[in-house]
Amino acid sequence: MSRMTDLKHIRNFSIVAHIDHGKSTLADRLIQLTGTVAERDMKEQMLDAMDIERERGITIKANSVRIEYPAQDGETYVLNLIDTPGHVDFAYEVSRSMQAVEGSLLVVDSTQGVEAQTLANVYQAIDADHEIVPVLNKIDLPASEPERVKEQIEDVIGIDASEAVEISAKTGLGIPEVLEAIVQRLPAPQGTRDAPLKAMLVDSWYDIYLGVVVLIRVMDGVIRKGDQIKMMKTGATYKLDRLSVLRPAMKDIAELGPGEIGVFTASIKQVRDTKVGDTITHDKKPCDKALPGFKPSVPVVFCGLFPVDSAEFEDLRDAIEKLALNDASFSYEMETSAALGFGFRCGFLGLLHLEVIRDRIEREYDIELITTAPSVVYHLYMKDGEMKELHNPADMPDLTYVDHVEEPRIKATILVPDDYLGDVLKLCQERRGIQLDLTYVGGRAMVVYDLPLNEVVFDFYDRLKSITKGYASFDYQMTGYRQDNLVKMSVLVNDEPVDALSMMVHRDRAEMRGRAMCEKLKDLIPRHMFKIPIQAAIGGKVIARETLSALRKDVTAKCYGGDATRKKKLLEKQKAGKKKMRQFGKVDIPQEAFISALKMDS
Amino acid sequence: MKADWHAGGFGLYIHWPFCAAKCPYCDFNSHVSAQIDQAAWREAYLREIARLGRETEGRVLSSVYFGGGTPSLMEPETVAAILGEIGQYWPRANDIEITLEANPSSVEARRFAGYAEAGVNRVSLGVQALRDDDLKALGRLHDVPQARAALDVAKAHFGRVSFDLIYARQHQTLDDWRGELSEALDMAADHLSLYQLTIEPGTAFGDRYAVGKLRGLPDDDLGADMYELTQEMTRNAGFEAYEVSNHAMNGSVSRHNLVYWRYGDYAGIGPGAHGRLTIEGQKRATVATAAPGLWLRDVGGDGAESRSALSGPEQAAEYLMMGLRINEGISVSRYRALAGFGLDEGKVGALCDDGLLEFADDRVRTTQRGRMMLNAVIRELMV
Ligand SMILES: Nc1nc2c(ncn2[C@@H]2O[C@H](COP(=O)(O)OP(=O)(O)OP(=O)(O)O)[C@@H](O)[C@H]2O)c(=O)[nH]1
Ligand SMILES: C[S@@+](CC[C@H](N)C(=O)[O-])C[C@H]1O[C@@H](n2cnc3c(N)ncnc32)[C@H](O)[C@@H]1O
Ligand code: SF4
Ligand SMILES: [Mg+2]
Repeated sequence: MSRMTDLKHIRNFSIVAHIDHGKSTLADRLIQLTGTVAERDMKEQMLDAMDIERERGITIKANSVRIEYPAQDGETYVLNLIDTPGHVDFAYEVSRSMQAVEGSLLVVDSTQGVEAQTLANVYQAIDADHEIVPVLNKIDLPASEPERVKEQIEDVIGIDASEAVEISAKTGLGIPEVLEAIVQRLPAPQGTRDAPLKAMLVDSWYDIYLGVVVLIRVMDGVIRKGDQIKMMKTGATYKLDRLSVLRPAMKDIAELGPGEIGVFTASIKQVRDTKVGDTITHDKKPCDKALPGFKPSVPVVFCGLFPVDSAEFEDLRDAIEKLALNDASFSYEMETSAALGFGFRCGFLGLLHLEVIRDRIEREYDIELITTAPSVVYHLYMKDGEMKELHNPADMPDLTYVDHVEEPRIKATILVPDDYLGDVLKLCQERRGIQLDLTYVGGRAMVVYDLPLNEVVFDFYDRLKSITKGYASFDYQMTGYRQDNLVKMSVLVNDEPVDALSMMVHRDRAEMRGRAMCEKLKDLIPRHMFKIPIQAAIGGKVIARETLSALRKDVTAKCYGGDATRKKKLLEKQKAGKKKMRQFGKVDIPQEAFISALKMDS
Repeated sequence: MKADWHAGGFGLYIHWPFCAAKCPYCDFNSHVSAQIDQAAWREAYLREIARLGRETEGRVLSSVYFGGGTPSLMEPETVAAILGEIGQYWPRANDIEITLEANPSSVEARRFAGYAEAGVNRVSLGVQALRDDDLKALGRLHDVPQARAALDVAKAHFGRVSFDLIYARQHQTLDDWRGELSEALDMAADHLSLYQLTIEPGTAFGDRYAVGKLRGLPDDDLGADMYELTQEMTRNAGFEAYEVSNHAMNGSVSRHNLVYWRYGDYAGIGPGAHGRLTIEGQKRATVATAAPGLWLRDVGGDGAESRSALSGPEQAAEYLMMGLRINEGISVSRYRALAGFGLDEGKVGALCDDGLLEFADDRVRTTQRGRMMLNAVIRELMV
């Protein structure tokens, strides 16, 4: 594999769908049927290579693969597919992937029909000028209703579904038809071979053996191993060490021309030099105009990440930089906390995104973390007319200086079977929502709500899933800021304020949240030798309190016939366990308390 | 200067690893075996005694303890032979204490005369409960009348008799325990061991507990109430709580156990037995091969026991752990001499302020509250 492929034999596409509709499984079948990976090396959802992806059974990172397909017209085509995540927190991966390709396979689970993310993805695909091929999946299941779902697609989305391909990604039924549809219905890329090199930096990641790996899509010109290239935004220049395509393992290739997708390494030391969306060109003969780049994603949830062992702060910095390279939607800046020492205030696209990053740092970099209460960004309008962004409730200034506070609002779209509609409306009302719309699409209710983001970030999605037994789907967009009666609630444990637990709440909901928080903490903090008051307060006023009674007994009843060794080991282990907690005054608080305390049960 | 162990004395522990049945809460090194070759076991003990005797010959022996397992399954001749061999190596203290742990079945009670003749002068009976249903739940083979009868036989043959009870059992209320304990105090001679049921991992109870199937155990608060009640009732009956779970009248404390708690030297003989022996100025931890069959096979060579030297700070930590269990507490200067550094004064001070420790005349001891929180106190003080 060394020759460049001409444009008309290339098709580039993303596979998009609502979560769990079978994108990754479809990718498996495409890889398998084209013989890209030997049969014995196949495994389920093989592109979901990360541990967390495999454990949770979801895709988190978009992944691209190059496959070769001998079509019925007798020609062999090079297909570059990008499998994307379905969860709303990773929508940025999808929109970015779409910039690098010309078409999308829109997968819809034919037992479920159109869901919130199906809609969101279609709109993005239309925005990106994509040709869309609808694919109805899971037709092997008895509950499959392809005809009904086709109607839904036409009614709700408004695209022609008459030629939707009916498949089972599980059994392989209909996969040859998908391949033909890709070749026949998706457009070939465009580009000029003789023009100066213009390539899009689609993604990059850190590989422990190879260092920084950069994924590119060539728009114009040709890139070759050994080329001296330049990143247009950062101005950094590099000599290409290695040029490859992903099958999905890296296979070296001599050159990549217009329309092609591949990766390179170039001894890139400065992780910061690779910015997704940047344009890559030749150092000596640059293209004149850079690509527009990606719309930056705006983090909506912030929290502090601190190493449990403060000596690991520099390791944490390194880990965060490397992860940020792989994930442009994740932002960070250094933070110091009275109780927790040095750490980072990090921004995420949602709570799942936060959990994933935290898990990855803990596992891939082996650093134990304390995560502080997540928060959204508030706008503080000061009496002197200045506007300040508040990322951390602990930094809330004295109210006498603040004129008013604005909070971010979202437009949430929820699709839900009629049976659960009542519960969903109740949940939205409780969370200070304002109903904007309620319509019926293909037998289900579609409710649109204006909601404060801070009521959604912690546990809204979990709650929604549990009250609807998983039948509701959810999508949201930021709409803007609005003033409301927001106050800072602090939490005092044993009369000491714990800054990592303070939060912004609506005044009307403060008592309720305060009570819930104190009750939760009472369960989460282990009993100590003394009794511990737990209080929630606004300013100096206590609005809720609980008391954790003292532990009265902690003694081993019998002492084994002189076996002091065993007993000593046990005590030492307990002592080490205690070190994993954080001390606030005399109280040890386990790390999981910082997030768990915020989740509400109702 | 005398070696440190003299502060605690010197005792011998003989481990008999067999029982008639395995109790579901028990994680001692005990096994049920159909055939026990008593002659072979006797031989093995004698060889071990000779080996250890040569190393520590001449020390004054303050106690011998036959523990288990169920040593009351030993033939009295075996006990006699062991005690005879012991006499070959160590001079006995005038008030030597020779205890044998016995299960209160009628079969075993029949051997009591023989043990007394062999030289045993104290028995500790595993009564465990004074309620038949609970004895069943604890997997015991005896019932309450048998236990009472065995206790009477024991009192007739031995100068000193103790028995064990396990409380904080499933479905036991505070009032249940009050009633049961008062019956026990009426029966008691001069010593009682009263243990709160501990759920040990790896036992049948531990397995049931792990899957949530061991119901009706008292919560922390009820456990604490039961402990406090136990202290109060025993004190009122004239028993001193000289250790976390041990109560003695008129100073009839278990001298053998005091060797552990005062961090003296003790030799452990038998499968899985632990010892602490100071040899050539160095205190060592010893532990014997745990599996009875392997131990029996390896005895005689030096294959049945492994030894490791204990550093000063390790010895000090063990002293702290053991010493704070008893009323007399620990000597601060002895701790310093062992560790090479003193106890953390700030922490001792804070624990005194919190009402958990008392510090006077070179000794640190726990208060009643401190005793109830002993593990937390030790964790605080451990370095
Ligand atoms: N019966 C049946 N199950 C399928 C089919 N396709 C996928 N599945 C199952 O549906 C589940 C989700 O499949 P994935 O391929 O991981 O879905 P996904 O769209 O990639 O999910 P995300 O990446 O998390 O958004 C898995 O349990 C698959 O085995 C199908 O055609 N038939
Ligand atoms: C070496 S054991 C057994 C002695 C003898 N074999 C018997 O069972 O009667 C000594 C004592 O420890 C106590 N014990 C054993 N396991 C216990 C547990 N899990 N919790 C509390 N006490 C226990 C019992 O009271 C027992 O009598
Ligand atoms: S409690 Fe006593 S009798 Fe029961 S198994 Fe353990 S050692 Fe044997
Ligand atoms: Mg997937």
